[in-house]
Order: sequence, then C-alpha cells, then structure tokens
Amino acid sequence: MSNWIIETENLGKKYRLLHSGAGRGYVTLREAVVYGFKGLFQPSRSQNPASEDFWALNDLSFQVEPGETVGIIGRNGAGKSTLLKILSRITEPTVGRVRLKGRVSSLLEVGTGFHPELTGRENIYLNGTVLGMTKREVDRKFDAIVDFAGVQKFIDTPVKHFSSGMQVRLAFAVAAHLEPEILIIDEVLAVGDAVFQKKCLGKMQDVAADGRTVLFVSHDLAAVEKLCSRAILLDSGRCLTDGPTAQTIAQYQASTVQAASLDLATRTDRRGAGLVRFTRIQTLDENCREQGVFLSGKPLRVRMHYRATGSKPLENCRVSLTFNGWGKIYFVASTELVSDDRLDLSPEGFIDCMIDELPLSLGTYYLGPFIEVNGDVQDWLDSAATLQVDDGNFYGTGRDYPKGGGGATVLVKHRWQLPAASSLEVSKGRAF
Amino acid sequence: MDELIIEAGRIERQYWADLWRYRELFYFLAWRDFLVRYKQTVIGIAWALLRPLLVMLVFTVIFGRIARLPSEGAAPYSVLVFAAMLPWQFFASSLTESSNSLISNVSLVSKIYFPRLIVPASSVITCFVDFLISFAILLVLLAWYRYLPNWHVVFLPAFVVLAFALSIGVGLWLCALNVKYRDFRYVVPFIVQFGLYVSPVGFSSTVVPPKWRFVYSLNPIVGVIDGFRWTLIRGEGALYWPSISLSIGLTAVLCLAGVWYFRKTERRFADII
Repeated sequence: MSNWIIETENLGKKYRLLHSGAGRGYVTLREAVVYGFKGLFQPSRSQNPASEDFWALNDLSFQVEPGETVGIIGRNGAGKSTLLKILSRITEPTVGRVRLKGRVSSLLEVGTGFHPELTGRENIYLNGTVLGMTKREVDRKFDAIVDFAGVQKFIDTPVKHFSSGMQVRLAFAVAAHLEPEILIIDEVLAVGDAVFQKKCLGKMQDVAADGRTVLFVSHDLAAVEKLCSRAILLDSGRCLTDGPTAQTIAQYQASTVQAASLDLATRTDRRGAGLVRFTRIQTLDENCREQGVFLSGKPLRVRMHYRATGSKPLENCRVSLTFNGWGKIYFVASTELVSDDRLDLSPEGFIDCMIDELPLSLGTYYLGPFIEVNGDVQDWLDSAATLQVDDGNFYGTGRDYPKGGGGATVLVKHRWQLPAASSLEVSKGRAF
Repeated sequence: MDELIIEAGRIERQYWADLWRYRELFYFLAWRDFLVRYKQTVIGIAWALLRPLLVMLVFTVIFGRIARLPSEGAAPYSVLVFAAMLPWQFFASSLTESSNSLISNVSLVSKIYFPRLIVPASSVITCFVDFLISFAILLVLLAWYRYLPNWHVVFLPAFVVLAFALSIGVGLWLCALNVKYRDFRYVVPFIVQFGLYVSPVGFSSTVVPPKWRFVYSLNPIVGVIDGFRWTLIRGEGALYWPSISLSIGLTAVLCLAGVWYFRKTERRFADII
C-alpha cells in the first residue's frame, strides 16, 4: 500500500530513568563536578547502577491514510504522549523512523504560548506564529478566529482578564484554523463547556471531511468513539490492536479487566518513586469477606495492601483511591480529605478505605490506588482492581438509576422542594 | 508533496530550512518579551532610559571625579563612560535574558516543535531594542556637550554587529548549559557582575599598562568597547588592533561553538526540561 500520509516503522524511544534524581531529567552542575572528580580517581567504575533504561515506545509500526481520523488509546504510560511528541518533532526517536507527507500541526495543549499580560489580539498573532503560521496567514484568518472563539468584545483586553473558558475557546480557535494536512490533538476536549465542545468536535469533523488527517489521543473513550473511524490501542509502547474503533475500545476494556486481575507487583503501568508498592487490592463487604459484585447503597471496604522496600516506618503519608472507568474519574476517596491527623504507616501492611453507602450505579469500575510519603508520590495505578456494581436500593425508594441515562454514574442523595414550600423528602436517609 | 522523515539524527538536516520557515517567530517572541516587560513595570519604557543613565552617573563620579582617571582626548568623562555602557549593557542583559529564556518558555519547548535556537536569539533581539533606546540617550548626551564624533563613526555599525554576534555566541552557551545544569543560573549573575569590573566600562582601556594590554584583551568584550569608543570619541590614540582582532576571533569561535553545543544539547531539551 503506497497511499499513506503517516507511516511509522519500528519506532522506538528509550528514556533513561534516574533512580536517585526522583524523576527529573537534568543534573546539577554540582553533581556533574563531583561525579567528574570521583571519575578521575576511580577510572574503572562500573555502569551507573542508579539509572535504568525504559522503552516508552517499542517497535511500533502503522500507516495512516489521508483523510482518516485515528484515535490512539491506552493506559497512562502506554506511550501515547511519546508517540505524539515524536510525530510533532518535539523529541527524536531512538530507533526507527516516521515518514510524513504534509505539514503537521500539533495541539498538545491548547493555549501553549499564551501570555496573560498580552491582549487577545496580540496572543492570536503570537500563538499563530508559534504554531507555524505566517503573519500573513494570521491576518487572513483573524476575523474567522475571533468569530469562532466568540470573543469579539474582549479582543483588546489582556487575556488574564478572560475567563478560563474564553481562553480555551480562543486557543482552540487559533489552532483550528491552522489548516495543516495532519492535525494531532491531545485531550483538548477535556475543557470548555458542552456547547463549545460540540463546536470543537464539529470543527474536527470538518477538518477530517476536508480530506485532512487527524490523530486524536484521549482518555475520553466516548469522544474517540464519536470522532474516529479507526483506533490504535497502545500498551507498554507497543501496538496491541489496530482496527475499527468499536473493536479497539472493546479490546481496551477487556485488557483493563485482565490487567486488574494480574498480580499487582508485576504491573509496570504505574507512576511514582517506587519505595512503596501496592501489592493487592481487595474488595470486601461489611463482614470483611471478598465479594465479586456490590450493590449500590451497600457498604464497601477496599483493602489496599502495600509493601515498602525499606524497613523504616512510612511517615506523613497520604493514601487515595479513585473510582474510575471510561477514562473518567467518578470520585476520589483520600485520607487527607477526611482527617487532619498525620498518617504514619508501618513498612508493610494494609489500609482500608470504607464507604458506607456505595454511590455508583450498575456498571464496571476500576480502582486506582495512590500513595504519597512525605510529599513524594510513591505508587499510583489507574486500575489496580475492578469493581462490579449492581443496582441496589441506594435512594431507599427501591428505584434504580434509569438504564437509558448513559450507564455508569455517581449517585447522590438529594431532596426536592416544591414552590408551595411543601418539602418532598425523596430520601429517607441522611439529607445531604 | 514534501515528504518529511523523522529518524534519530535526521532532524539535523531539516533544521536550517526550518529556521528560515519560522523566521517570523524571532520577531514575535522578541515583540512579546518587549511588550510584557514594559507592561509589567510601572514606569514602563522609561526603565530602559533610566538604568544606563544612573550607572553612567555613578561611574562618572567614582572613576572620573573621585579616582580622577583620565578620559580619552577631550571627551567628557560621562561620554567616555556612556560609549562603553551601551555595548556592555546590551551584552550583559543579553546574557541574563538568553540564559533564562528556554527555562522560562518551558511550556513552548515541551509542547511544540520549532527550532529552539529562536528562543535565546529572540531574547538577544529584545535586548537589542533596549540598546537602540539607550542609543538615543547617547545622541542627547552628545548634543548636550556639543561634542561631535569624527569620521570614525561610520564604522560604528560594524562594532554593533560584533557586539550582537558576541552576545548570541555567549548567550547560546549559557542557555544550553542552563537547561542541562539547573544550578547554572547562579553562575550567570556572577559572570555579569564580575564582567562589569574586568571590562573597561568605567575607565578607558588606555589606563591598562601596555605590557598587560594584550592579556587584558583576551576578554572579548574589551575589543567591542574599544571599538565603540574609537568610533564615538575623538581620541588621539589609534585603534588598538590586537584587541579588536582578538575580539573578532573569539566572537567567531564562541558563536560557532555556541551553535554547535546548542544543537548538540537541543535534541534532548524536551526530554530533560
């Protein structure tokens, strides 16, 4: 097949992880000088054991045809951002190559290069040139950009006085008028109001309908499904599935379930310094028995087992647990949210998160544990365990969240007051 | 249709073409820095005028009146100082600005591709605008003293170019080192402060004993300052050629090596910044 616009061949990107530097890439002059001196006196030192190679992308090959809209999905750390950074030439690949037929514009984050002190007009010119337009192009599209963003009245006001929604609209408007052959988009739709999001999706569909190619990276599976005909699933830097969007998303969800059932200690899709690791996540009922399915409104106890590499007590900890699914976080439970007490933990053990009335409707959810010791993130996974929820009697009325309402959601107890001031108690439980 | 190939080490070949394609960005980044700077300070553009004037005043009093160092020819001491203040101030602020430029533009560097060389280069351009503003003060000063330079003044643009090249050369070095070694930013203010005293800003380089003059000229800014004074002041002395040629040679070396080192470290900027 020769009709491609993007082609990658055996693409790989290697990063060096420094264990001592707590994740930062740079060194200090002091370290370099000290290290250099040590090197003088110990010329036969072995390979620096404090660093380790990590392949963020590994042997990735795919082709994209002109006019295709391809979604790229995968868990955190799967290599999505690295791929986009290589395609948009922010960083170089270590091995392999990419061939691109046409101008690439990337929207890795809207508003890049916006300066709060400058006016809307000044920022349009600045942002436009930063993204690769010429002044003449910006001149020509200026009115269309202002129109699309809907900020005509404020165009000569410093951007710092704009609401965040207006800033995003303006930024997207500039980027949307780039007219490149290949447009790379990363998580732009996570911001802005619903009306504007719809406008953005529309604009992106126009771009695709124009015969231009769009690569769309997002956690929002619903947006990927809506926008893309084809999707690529990345896992640990490799392509796991490449095909129709529905099929890839199904595969992604299956792999998430699978990953959640694996032994936690062997998982690599985690962030944090690693001095403490979660080893097992158990979902227990009120009698501390493991359960497969939980009912809305019933108690849930999540037991998070962890182990530290050292034997010292873990001081000043923060432990959190996210309930997520479909790329969204439904809610977060965290130790510092509900208590002012300092939390010290033994080097190995477990901590229980207890929820009295599970506020989730029918669906599959993922549990993401997080631990921080003395301000440093030690371990953080997106989906360490699955949680199957069946509809229960959450509202105390025996009624369930309507099935047609979009599936999995958070349930909140609430009351209604009628205009005649006769209060109607929907919930018999504690009022919020 | 143009085909772009991205491979390890391949981006090199695209680089100079891209530098040309993004040429407007030089202007827009410099324009942004300039706008922002003068929007943020209360006295605005007056700052560019006030700073060199105050330094000139202090130096004239200390070196001219108190230490009673000689001027060149019949030139008023303040003109002597100001002719050196111009290139020095430009050089010093270029170093400070360009060394911080990449760090303060992290969001650009880690999100968007463009030749990174543009960032430190446009901060030098911003400083050049300040230089032009200060230059207006010099004209006022010359008018005030009714002092006219002789025909040497036609060579002034050549020395401006030399000052510009030197600023870019050293700026590229400091900028790249600053990304790589994050504590390097503590070194830069020291270099600038130290430089002010070892360079002939407050005094004429003719007060340096002849046997030390050559060694003294190893500081590349000495040649630039000598050149500025030679073109602006009707001194009796001829141009001290060793210092000028040393300065030109060192500038060329610093510039080429600066570009080389910057390019070498640039490919890793997005990964380490």
